[in-house]
Amino acid sequence: MKNDTIRFKRQPKIIGSYSIVGPKEGQGNFKDYFDYIMKNDLFGEKTFEKAERKMIETAITGAIQKSKLGMKDINLLVAGDLLNQIISSSYAARAFNFPYLGVYGACSTMAESIAVASTLVDGGYFENVVCCTASHFSTAERQYRFPLELGNQRPPVSQWTVTGAGSCVLSQKGKGPRVTMATFGKVIDWGVVDVNNMGAAMAPKMAIIGP
Amino acid sequence: MDIKERNKAYNKYVNAKIPKTRPWPTLFNSFWVGGLICLIGQGINDLILYLFPNVSESSAWAYTLIVLIFLASLLTGIGVYDKIGRFAGGGTIVPITGFSNSITSPSVEFKSEGIIYGICVKMFTIAGPVIVFGVLSSALVGLIYYIIYLFV
Repeated sequence: MKNDTIRFKRQPKIIGSYSIVGPKEGQGNFKDYFDYIMKNDLFGEKTFEKAERKMIETAITGAIQKSKLGMKDINLLVAGDLLNQIISSSYAARAFNFPYLGVYGACSTMAESIAVASTLVDGGYFENVVCCTASHFSTAERQYRFPLELGNQRPPVSQWTVTGAGSCVLSQKGKGPRVTMATFGKVIDWGVVDVNNMGAAMAPKMAIIGP
Repeated sequence: MDIKERNKAYNKYVNAKIPKTRPWPTLFNSFWVGGLICLIGQGINDLILYLFPNVSESSAWAYTLIVLIFLASLLTGIGVYDKIGRFAGGGTIVPITGFSNSITSPSVEFKSEGIIYGICVKMFTIAGPVIVFGVLSSALVGLIYYIIYLFV
């Protein structure tokens, strides 16, 4: 291992995946690629946080179904989200009867969970591992910024947190795209303090580590 | 390169590149919506004085503020005020309606966490500094007023 990138010998396969998004995302250019588009942001729950949890449960169940494995074939769940104590993933994990490993990487949580899971599968310790991440505009917005009903203006550089959840099943066997390499990132902080300009905060990392 | 200098140079670069808010349309919208809110306030005040001739002018102003606060809270509750605010910016933040919105919006947001721990605790998360400095500065002004009166 020369640098931060690791090469996998067995190359875990992604044998099933599932995505679920909110109504706004469902109107975008990628709408045909999502497995399920929610009709409203609450997804039949009382709070947005509960909706986020249900999205994760749906994504995990969907990915396992699409991988044609049974619930008992899954050895581990690696998941994370944006909320404090990665609470949505942790609560969602209650619904499943396999061990859970919580990860947090903000925008990189999906990549991080796949990288961690691939390492575990490649090492031969686990056969089938589910990776999952989710975010919800309404839960993230109130945790990081302002209440939804506050009449403030967004600057032109502000981003919009996705309402959606994605999940995939990694396996030693089976057919599908292979995970060949993974690079674990360093924390790069070039002193951008504007909460509305996350692009500028993240850009130096890409420039340093490279694609 | 020194970390501080690197960060400074990078932030300078970012500020040169980011799209800026266009000032004239923003100022214009903020001006006329803010003006309209003041006009409505004046209208309510005149209406109160017309309908209830016994009400003194100073209490009529108090009633006007109450009506404006109520209207802004109502519009926040039914999800209209944030849309007006997104359009008008400072025009809806500066009048008392903006203050009302800043208290009602967290209350609506945190309703799901209960009445005490949700609504009551979170109600002042945005308006808190305004209230703290309002109370402090009024106390300070009162003190100065008192001291001046001792000598005059």
